[in-house]
Amino acid sequence: MGRYVLRRLLLMVLVLFGVSVIVFFIVHVIPADPVGALLGGNAPPQLVDQMKHQLGLDKPIWAQFGDYMLGILHGNLGISLKSNRPVTQDIAEYFPATLELAIFSIIISVALGVVLGILSAVYRNSWVDHFSRIFSILGVSMPVFWTGLILLLIFYYILGWLPGTGQLSLFTIPPHRITGMLLLDSILTGNWEAFRDGLAHIILPAAVLGYSATASIARITRASMLDVLRQDFIRTAKAKGLSGRVVIYRHALKNALIPVVTLIGLTFGSLLEGAVLTETIFGWPGLGRYIVNALLVLDYPAIMGGTLFIALMYSLANLIVDLTYAVLDPRMRI
Amino acid sequence: MRGDLLDVRELKVVFYTYRGIIKALNGVELWMNHEERLGLIGETGCGKSVTSLSIMGLIEQPGEIISGDVYFEGKSMQKMSMEELHDMRGKKISMIFQEPVSALNPVMRIGFQVAESISRAKDIKIKEAYPEVLKMLELVGLDSKRTASLYPHELSGGMAQRAMIAMALSSNPKLLIADEPTSALDVTIQAQIMELLDELVREMGNAVILITHDMGVAAEFCDKIAVMYAGNVVERASTVDIFEEPLHPYTKGLLKAVPKIGQSKELVGITGTVPDLVNPPTGCRFHPRCPYAMNKCSQKMPPLIEAKPGHHVACYLYTQEGEHNAN
Ligand SMILES: Nc1ncnc2c1ncn2[C@@H]1O[C@H](COP(=O)(O)OP(=O)(O)O)[C@@H](O)[C@H]1O
Ligand code: SF4
Ligand SMILES: [Mg+2]
Repeated sequence: MGRYVLRRLLLMVLVLFGVSVIVFFIVHVIPADPVGALLGGNAPPQLVDQMKHQLGLDKPIWAQFGDYMLGILHGNLGISLKSNRPVTQDIAEYFPATLELAIFSIIISVALGVVLGILSAVYRNSWVDHFSRIFSILGVSMPVFWTGLILLLIFYYILGWLPGTGQLSLFTIPPHRITGMLLLDSILTGNWEAFRDGLAHIILPAAVLGYSATASIARITRASMLDVLRQDFIRTAKAKGLSGRVVIYRHALKNALIPVVTLIGLTFGSLLEGAVLTETIFGWPGLGRYIVNALLVLDYPAIMGGTLFIALMYSLANLIVDLTYAVLDPRMRI
Repeated sequence: MRGDLLDVRELKVVFYTYRGIIKALNGVELWMNHEERLGLIGETGCGKSVTSLSIMGLIEQPGEIISGDVYFEGKSMQKMSMEELHDMRGKKISMIFQEPVSALNPVMRIGFQVAESISRAKDIKIKEAYPEVLKMLELVGLDSKRTASLYPHELSGGMAQRAMIAMALSSNPKLLIADEPTSALDVTIQAQIMELLDELVREMGNAVILITHDMGVAAEFCDKIAVMYAGNVVERASTVDIFEEPLHPYTKGLLKAVPKIGQSKELVGITGTVPDLVNPPTGCRFHPRCPYAMNKCSQKMPPLIEAKPGHHVACYLYTQEGEHNAN
C-alpha cells in the first residue's frame, strides 16, 4: 500500500511537470503583449523595455522557463501583474470559495445521482427510470452557461426565490475569515445570519455546476447497479431468503458504488473546470473567475499559476479516489 | 401427492430474449420424499439449473413461470406470499452453486456471510450468530477463526465451496440443492467435497437434489435419478434401475459412455445436436435424434408414465399405443 501511494505520488509529480511545460509554452507562444496590456498602447519605449527587463521577458524563452520551474520548486508561482502580489497569495484568497462551491455541488450531485441511479436500476423502465433518463440527457447536453442563465431567469428574476449573484447579500456582515470558505466560517463563528444568506446564494451556482455531474453519476450508478444485480452472489443473497431491500442495500450497493467512486474523482476535476464559467455567470469570487480575469488582462503568471494549481487539485482528487477504492474493494488492497 | 417433500407439476418456464422466446422448461415433472437424494442429470442447457431455481422461487426477468406449480411440503409456491417465500428460502431450502468464489459477495468477509444465513434461519441478530459461525466453519473442515475474517478472493475454490456448504447447511434445511457443486474444482478437491457433503447430509438428514454431469458421482451419491432432456424429465427411477435397466432411448445413449457403475466418467452427448429451445422439435423433443422415432413421436409429447413400479418414463415405446419395443 505504501509503495502504491509512493508510485502514485511520483506519477503525479510527472503529470504536474507536464502540465507546467504545456501551460508555460502556450502562454508564451501566443502572440500577445502582456507589457502592452499592462502599460497601455502608448507608453514610452524606455518604460516598456524597463518593464520587460523587470519581468524577465527580455531573456531567451529557455531561460524564462528555467526561472519559472525553479520558482515552482520553491513554491513560488511569480508575482501577479495585476494585483502585484505573489500568485500563491492570490490563490490562497480565491481558491476557498471555489473549493466550497465544488464540495457543495459534489455532495448534492453524489447524493442525488446515486439515489436516481439506484431507483432507475431497481425500477427499470418505470417512470422514475424514464424521468432520470431525460434528466440525464439534458444534464450532459446542456451547456453550463445556458442552464445557468435559465435558472437565474426563473428563480431570481421571475420567481424571486433565490438571490442572483455573489456569495452574500450586500448588507449581510460576512463571517470572520478562518478557512476562507464562507459557509464553514459562518458555522465556526456562529454567524447564522451569514450562513443562511450564504446557503441561499450557493444553491443556484451549485445546482448549475453539479447538474451534468449528477447526470453522469446517475447513469453510471444505474449501469453498475444493473450489472451487479446480475452477479452470482446476488442470487446467493436471494437464496438465503433475504428481502429485496437487504439484497439491494446490503449486498448490491457497495459493489455497485466501486466504479461510481472513480467517476466522482473525475467529476471533481471537471467541477473545477466548470467553475470557470459558473463563477463568471454568478459573480462568484473564486479561482475560476480569477483565472478568467487574468486572461483578459494577459496576467500570465496568474494564468499559469492558477491553471497549475487546478491541475494539482485534480490529481489530488484522483489520488484520494484511488485510495477510497481500496477501502471499498478488498480485492484492491495490496 | 407423489412426494411428501417436493412435487413439481407440469412446470413450464420461458425466457423472453432478443432471439425469441426460449421454452426452457416444457412441463417438468419431479417429486421427492424427505431425506431422499435425487440426482438430476442431462446435457448442458437441458434445464437443470432453471428447474432448481424454480424450486427456490428464483425465476426472474427475463424468465417467467407460465404454467404449472411447485409444491413444497404440500404448499403451492405460486400461492405463497413474498414473506412466506423468503422464509422458505431462509429456513427450509438452501442452495449451493457451481462457481463458489463468485457466489460469495466479494466485499464481505466470509464470517459475515455465514452469520447472515444463520441470523436469517434462526431469527437472531447477525452479531449473535458468530459462535454458530465458527461451529459451522469447523464442521466443514475450515480453520474457523481465520476463514471467518477472510474475503472470498482470498479462498481457493475448494475452501469457498466449503464455506458455501457451511452457509447452506446452517439452517439445517429440509432440502439442499447442489447445482454442479464440484464441476469448477480440481479433481482431488471434487472427491473431498462430495465426501464432506455425503457425511454432513447423512448426519443432518437433509434431502438433496444433486445436479451433476458426472454419472459416477450421481451413481454413488444418489438414491434416485431423474434424467432431463430439452426441458423435460424423461425418465425417473431408483439409481440401480436407471443404470441397470434404463428405459428411455436418451438415457440408454447417455449410459453407453459409462461402462460400469462407480467408474467416474464425463457425460458424453449422443449423436445429433442439442435442440434449439426457441424453436424446439414438436412432440417428443428427442425425436430428431432418436433411433426409435415413430410417426406419432413428432406429433404429441409423450406423458411421463409409470412403466414399471417406481420407474417412470416419457416415451411412446412404453405406452399402450407403442407399436414396437426397443432392443
Ligand atoms: N437468465 C436466462 N436468460 C435467458 N435464457 C436462459 C436464462 N437462464 C437459462 N436460460 C436458458 O434456459 C435453458 C436451460 O438452461 P439451464 O437450466 O441453465 O441449463 P443446465 O441444464 O445446463 O443447467 C437454456 O437454453 C438457457 O439458454
Ligand atoms: S417418444 Fe419417440 S422419439 Fe421420443 S424417445 Fe420415445 S421413441 Fe424416441
Ligand atoms: Mg446449470
